[in-house]
Amino acid sequence: MPIKRKPNLAATIALLPTWFAAVAVFIGTMAWSIRLSFTNSTLFPSSTYVGFAQYSKLFSSAKWLASLQNVLIFGVLYVAGCLLLGFLLAAALDRKIRFESAFRTIFLYPYAMSFVVTGLIWQWMLNPTLGIQASVRSLGWESFVLDWVVNRDMAIYALVLAGVWQGAGLVMVIALAGMRGIEAEHWKAARIDGIPVWRIYISIILPQLGPALAAAGMLLAMGVIKTYDIVVAMTNGGPGNATEVPAKFIMDNLFGRQNLGLATAGATVLVLGVIIAVAPFRYAMHMRARAKGAA
Amino acid sequence: MKTMMKLFLAGVAFAGFFASAHAEDKPTIEIMSSWTSGGEAAALNVVKTEFEKRGGVWKDSSIAGFGAADAAFQNRIVAGDAPGAKQGVIGLAAADFVSQGLFNPIDDVAAAGKWADVLPKSIHDLISYDGKVYLSPTGAHGESWVFYSKEAFAKAGIAEEPKSWDEFFADFDKLKAAGIVPVAWGGQPWQQTKVFNMILLSQVGIDGFLKIYVDKDKSQASIDGVKKTLEILGKLRGYVDAGAAGRNWNDATAMLITAKAGVQFMGDWAKGEFTVAGKQPGKDYGCMIVPESKGMVYIADSLWFPKTGNAATDKAQKLLAEVVMDPAVQVEFALKKGSVPMRTDVDKSKLDVCAQKGVELMASGAIVPDQAIVLTPQQVGALDDFVDEYWSGSSNDTASAAENFFAVFE
Repeated sequence: MPIKRKPNLAATIALLPTWFAAVAVFIGTMAWSIRLSFTNSTLFPSSTYVGFAQYSKLFSSAKWLASLQNVLIFGVLYVAGCLLLGFLLAAALDRKIRFESAFRTIFLYPYAMSFVVTGLIWQWMLNPTLGIQASVRSLGWESFVLDWVVNRDMAIYALVLAGVWQGAGLVMVIALAGMRGIEAEHWKAARIDGIPVWRIYISIILPQLGPALAAAGMLLAMGVIKTYDIVVAMTNGGPGNATEVPAKFIMDNLFGRQNLGLATAGATVLVLGVIIAVAPFRYAMHMRARAKGAA
Repeated sequence: MKTMMKLFLAGVAFAGFFASAHAEDKPTIEIMSSWTSGGEAAALNVVKTEFEKRGGVWKDSSIAGFGAADAAFQNRIVAGDAPGAKQGVIGLAAADFVSQGLFNPIDDVAAAGKWADVLPKSIHDLISYDGKVYLSPTGAHGESWVFYSKEAFAKAGIAEEPKSWDEFFADFDKLKAAGIVPVAWGGQPWQQTKVFNMILLSQVGIDGFLKIYVDKDKSQASIDGVKKTLEILGKLRGYVDAGAAGRNWNDATAMLITAKAGVQFMGDWAKGEFTVAGKQPGKDYGCMIVPESKGMVYIADSLWFPKTGNAATDKAQKLLAEVVMDPAVQVEFALKKGSVPMRTDVDKSKLDVCAQKGVELMASGAIVPDQAIVLTPQQVGALDDFVDEYWSGSSNDTASAAENFFAVFE
């Protein structure tokens, strides 16, 4: 039974500005955006309500539907790819290799770069007339093709590739820190039992890394929702709608196309999507915490 | 506490008084533009020099990228901190601002300078809203141009400019056979839309073009015109290189400068890139209007004058409007930017071969407006989507695509 504490008046007063900021800035602007999505606002906010017209327009737009599909493909592959590659890198570094800190720095380095830089680098490398394809061809292999960035069917995977290249280092650092926290006894015990190393990693180390990897996955997943700069730098949404993402759709309509109503409708859908995706997890965690409390 | 507050208020009032008293001395203006490339900046500098010569104080806030500058401007307006002037295209893009009462009219300057007499009527109509002049035009750009590398044409054995699309495609085959990329394609939606428009004009003529974009006419003739346009556009897919997707227009121009590619479809601002590379029009590169086209698509730039509530800025806005329409400034500006002067009464002898052709078309009225002039930004975006979707897809079903085209206007 937790001890009931009296609310501390001084602390409450100290937190008032934060409360104000949370209500006015976060909730207030969100409410304002949602309100705008029900009006016919174009360049300036208007107060002519049009019901769900903006939403029906949104969901009849091929570009928006493509952007939802793209962010789903990108998100799943990006998070899974980063977790897998990050874990493998951490496991490799955990084997007491030479120059470990040098490798660590190299692998983490991409994460220090902005997505714009990452996007540009990969755009150049994958550009068929400038990058890898051109250099391999100049070596004599004339039929070599690596045109992901300009290929409608492959462009989204080019984004995943660049994203994983950047994000894997973060997972590696977190996983490595987790591995270092695992007691040496586990290793000794497993050795005596003659369990192969890969089996130790999968059955003993990986389960203990759960919370660390979940945290890393959460950080990456939040990045997915706001994916914007890497797309702009690498493909600008093209070819066609192949790499269009919701954040870019919203930005384009907010500024380039002076379409406030449609943009805020898109933003509202995006927030709802996040809530729907996160709610089951929160609920499960809440139930688990209650079950533990009861026991 | 109270005295502190009073002191503070007095200080603010004092500072405000001094600031305004100081600004009252000279007409000061902040100009927001996206003219940052070599030729563009030089052109803007022509205006600046003359403006300062007449006693104005010029504050530059240039932002690279048309969209970025627009977004920044929109934010400043909404925040109530509008700059004194903004460069923007003539047409519907400014309409929302004017109808919200955010811009200052410059009617008296226009009346004093007899703008109605010296500007083409269509331009004068476009800078006026409800009978009042709000924008001051800087220059027009032709957008129906095909630039070609003379070196590449010589290599491929092409002796003269093609007169029809069939001849043009035959020339592309020759270029391909000579190992040259036939078309230096700029792979961004706005560039693709410009190509679509210039082909459309060559297929439906000036009246047909205006019917589609101004009257939003969905007759069989219009649908057929769009269909023929899409056929030609689809055929062009076979003549671009693999790296075309997402390519900047100036990178495409560079392919012509180095004779790696044969032709580029682009607005006349591409001349600026040739000039910077030391290439001469008519000697190193040629310019022609797309085959079978009886006219030219044009876009026109202007300066917008937001209300700032500052008397000194209002004065500066009027001075700036006057300077921009000065005949000498118009010619000098056009030379630097590669554009065509807006005034019809200026000395055209200094303009290059390509600009001369453009001026002729403009003077004879063989021009149609770019989509940004006659469509709202939402419709312009929808048009970009339409052309991009068709271009990047592999579908050749031009009939149903042509039907879908008219959804752009919804």
